Amino acid sequence: MAGGRIVAPSPLPGFGLTFGFTTFFLSAVILLPLAAMVIRALGIPPAELLEMLLDERAVASYRLSFGAAALAAAINAVFGFIVAWSLVRYDFPGRRLLDTMIDLPFALPTAVSGIALATVFSPTGWLGQKLALAGIQVAYTWLGVVVALVLIGLPFVVRSVQPALIEVRKDLEDAAESLGAGGFHVFRRIILPTVMPALATGFTLAFARGIGEYGSVVFISGNLPLKTEITPLLIVIKLEQYDYQGAAALGFFMLAMSFVMLLAINLVQQWGQRRMGIGMSR
Amino acid sequence: MAAGASVATEVRPMTRGQRTARVAMLAVSFGFLGLLLLAPLGAVLVQALAKGLGEWAFSLKDPDTVASIKLTLLTAAIVVPVNTIFGICAAWAIARFEFRGKSLLVTLIDLPFAVSPVIAGLVLVFLFGTQGWFGQWLLDRDVQVIFAVPGIVLATIFISFPYVARELIPLMQQQGSDEEVAALSLGARPWTTFVRITLPKIRWGLLYGVILCNARVMGEFGAVSVVSGHIRGITNTMPLQVEILYNEYNFVAAFAVASLLAMLAILTLVAKTLVEWRSGGAH
Repeated sequence: MAGGRIVAPSPLPGFGLTFGFTTFFLSAVILLPLAAMVIRALGIPPAELLEMLLDERAVASYRLSFGAAALAAAINAVFGFIVAWSLVRYDFPGRRLLDTMIDLPFALPTAVSGIALATVFSPTGWLGQKLALAGIQVAYTWLGVVVALVLIGLPFVVRSVQPALIEVRKDLEDAAESLGAGGFHVFRRIILPTVMPALATGFTLAFARGIGEYGSVVFISGNLPLKTEITPLLIVIKLEQYDYQGAAALGFFMLAMSFVMLLAINLVQQWGQRRMGIGMSR
Repeated sequence: MAAGASVATEVRPMTRGQRTARVAMLAVSFGFLGLLLLAPLGAVLVQALAKGLGEWAFSLKDPDTVASIKLTLLTAAIVVPVNTIFGICAAWAIARFEFRGKSLLVTLIDLPFAVSPVIAGLVLVFLFGTQGWFGQWLLDRDVQVIFAVPGIVLATIFISFPYVARELIPLMQQQGSDEEVAALSLGARPWTTFVRITLPKIRWGLLYGVILCNARVMGEFGAVSVVSGHIRGITNTMPLQVEILYNEYNFVAAFAVASLLAMLAILTLVAKTLVEWRSGGAH
């Protein structure tokens, strides 16, 4: 340790108190509980742990959780881009209101969006009825999981892309157009490269949130084992059956995935910064 | 040039292709958001009022529902101040000082955002459940954490932990500490400096964080669901009460409680927009 000092000299007071309280509180309410679960999971003999993690029902739940989260994040990448574009580039009546509404999925309790979506998309609901005519069932199928995760993930993509779109250099676009480049060409060569890192960040954030989402999904998914059971629900079921080992094993796996996602988000942001040479907000 | 204020202002008249693109983009945006945001919100209102305003009000007077509203308010009254104090402390330490392991600390503070809410509840079971580390110790003292209010409070602290800190850290980093240093060098005491200089500087960011934190706290479902035990009238928060009523096919009552939570969400968005507007669109 150079100089044997943890903190650089500063004329301001209060480092000891605030740093001490921060680390203590963080350890007590976040790290200690997480450690209790990890230690519990690692107490399981490795062969048994592996067997629990590779159990047919568990694997089916990963496939649904990760697959639906990826699909929902991809849908959001497309539609979220269009929404962000509309908000940044066009002036229209209700633009401010629409911009505010984007954060509704953040503000609306997940149980509320869950029962609302289940009602709208149930075979007798407004949209479910119409989709049923086309032979599509959303509620109580994997499609329902995707719909719920699209709702939850939307703000992540829009809020990531908006600031990046503002920074697209309009003069480059105009120059390209004046040189005869078509709209699609301008989009692919100028706009998309500028926005790509933000889009990737939004996708990753939405995906990470989707993997762990519970409240908005359980009402619309139907919760059939092997078919429409997401991993967080399987953890809850194991806990309700007093299968603490099984719950710890799956919880440990999900926690490990969270760390992988944090790493991925960091890498995407670093890539974006290197690529653009500018800092990205958020 | 009013850059930033109105990016949407078109300098040149649009070509025909651009006009078509505009119509298409706006149509897709409105269609997508209408389907995704307005349809569910509308469904909550329609279902809640399906049997009239009287029935809506009547179902909210149910004693178990009233108890769930009280529990949600109690939880918020504990958790929001706790996380606010934590957020201010964390932001002071992180934004005002350079120290080893700072980026690790920031990452760890963000961790609850990356972890499934179900995990937030689950980990408490391994700590305070009958099988957990402190299970026997708590049992001997007749203290219940899991399936009781303390567990609900702890799970809620876990999931709403980063909100205030996250708003304040970048804000305070950007503001710098020149004024504080000046006040201190003129002889102001640390606490006075904080109350008179720092607090006014960060008030809008702080309020913003508190509003978001409160919305998450009152609406939390997954984490609380794991540790609550769903005991009617005792350990049900409003979102859990929504779940129970819904699963009993008592849709009017379920959506009546949900409508209160939806109103909270809309109030949150309004308050958030006002704060953004007052603080000059810093967010």
